[in-house]
Amino acid sequence: MFRQLLQHELRQSVKSFSIWTLCIAGFVAMCIFMFPSMKGQMDKVGEMFASMGGFSAAFGLDRLNFGRMIGFYATECGNILGLGAALFAALLGVNSLSKEENDHTAEFLLTLPVSRPAVIGAKLLSMIIQIVALNVVCTLVSMASIGAIGESVEWKCLLLLNLSYLLVHIELGCIGIAVSAFSTRSNAGIGIAIAVALYFLNIVANISPDAKPLKYLTPFAFAEGADIIANVSLDATLVAIGMTLALVSTILAFVKYSNKDIRA
Amino acid sequence: MNGRIIEIHNLSKYYGKARGVTDVSFEVEPGEFFGFIGPNGAGKSTTIRVLMGLIKASSGEARLFGLDVWADRPATLTRLGYLPSEINFYKNQSVEDVLKLAARLHSSNCGPETDSLCERLKLDRKQQVADLSLGNRKKLGIVAALQHKPELIVMDEPTSGLDPLMQHEFFSILKERNAAGATVFLSSHILSEVQTHCRRAAIIREGALVACDDVGNLLKTSARSITVRGVFNPEGIKGCSNIQKNGDSVHFLYDGDIRMLLGVLSQAELEDISIVEPNLEDIFMHYYK
Repeated sequence: MFRQLLQHELRQSVKSFSIWTLCIAGFVAMCIFMFPSMKGQMDKVGEMFASMGGFSAAFGLDRLNFGRMIGFYATECGNILGLGAALFAALLGVNSLSKEENDHTAEFLLTLPVSRPAVIGAKLLSMIIQIVALNVVCTLVSMASIGAIGESVEWKCLLLLNLSYLLVHIELGCIGIAVSAFSTRSNAGIGIAIAVALYFLNIVANISPDAKPLKYLTPFAFAEGADIIANVSLDATLVAIGMTLALVSTILAFVKYSNKDIRA
Repeated sequence: MNGRIIEIHNLSKYYGKARGVTDVSFEVEPGEFFGFIGPNGAGKSTTIRVLMGLIKASSGEARLFGLDVWADRPATLTRLGYLPSEINFYKNQSVEDVLKLAARLHSSNCGPETDSLCERLKLDRKQQVADLSLGNRKKLGIVAALQHKPELIVMDEPTSGLDPLMQHEFFSILKERNAAGATVFLSSHILSEVQTHCRRAAIIREGALVACDDVGNLLKTSARSITVRGVFNPEGIKGCSNIQKNGDSVHFLYDGDIRMLLGVLSQAELEDISIVEPNLEDIFMHYYK
């Protein structure tokens, strides 16, 4: 039963997954291919970027070297993949359960011999498969593009950056599923709002030392390119907090949806 | 099989403070063709949706095949086929995809049965769900609910959207299934359907059950359905109810001393009169007044 449900979920998602993956991977590749032509000018640009005070700090520009491929990748591609796919993951999560009620298909699906936990499980796994697949495709496209322009990077840093984005996306997806369990409507607005709000929360935390504790609330904090490149590791505390939040959200979704009155 | 197929005891369901159903109790035996009648908003779908485990009862007990409808899902669901009153499918699927999905989740290979149902209901399996008319969506719902040959068939207002020929074919299929041993639970606000096809029926009104009996017994009443043409006003006469005026004729139910009524009628200027046993429609109005 679970396998059939999972297949069903994946089939339902093929189209949107393909479009998102193609777009994000395409933009990442495009960015990387622009690097050689920008590289020469980057020293000056980098200086300028690094000297804009709070703004530079907000985006970690004061600590990233634009002239180096990895610094460029962390900023440009990091934003495209990190934030772009964060929107994808959040949207996937917030609509996963509620879309059945929004589209009035819940009555059909949930009166077939399926248990609610199996439905949630299949939707969760389908979401994670899509998020992982998107991140793997984008990572491979990045590596191939970097190779194609004859650059080389610290591969460990690159993989760590991509791993951090993956974790951000999984956390957002799981928070989304919890929202979805409580809702009966399409929540696209809420999904985008969550992703963008958490993104900005990280920027705020970067700008002001007083706002530093906000870092613990947003997954974008452990995906901060400047920190990852400097330390060549992820901040274990931040990751642990994020994954705990993801786990709690998932449990909440299971409990809520298993006991939910389904709207006709 | 021993035991009852459906058991509902003192079932209540509230949506916040809004009433769904209150204190509903009835039972359905194996092999019955059971009707569930009530107007829109009376609580028919609420009762059914509790049975399907879609919503949780506020209090009381509901069992299918002796199993708890909420705690024992999906064991209950494997043995039944359900057609919701408003059914929707995944827009990006074809009819074939929907039927295959339903069959797979029922872990059943319904091939020949599906073919036969699609043919009888004239359902085109290549059509896309997004292109289906209401009638065809109903047909798809019916095939999806019946293709795995369930022990219990639950239909919530199944005939809306079906043309008369299809309705006839649909009831033939239900009768065959019933004859082969399946229990049929038919919710409807179309009384003639229930009167024609069901042996027993429950009548629900404003969330409460007002009657549950053999359709024959529901019809058996001393009340008579009377239609007169001419100058006559039954208002104020003891025992008259459900008075409906229509042009120069008056229709009403009378439950009382027939000689007294005839006495009054004989004084009136009448052109025509008919006194018949009430049909389910009248009984229904009687319960609903």
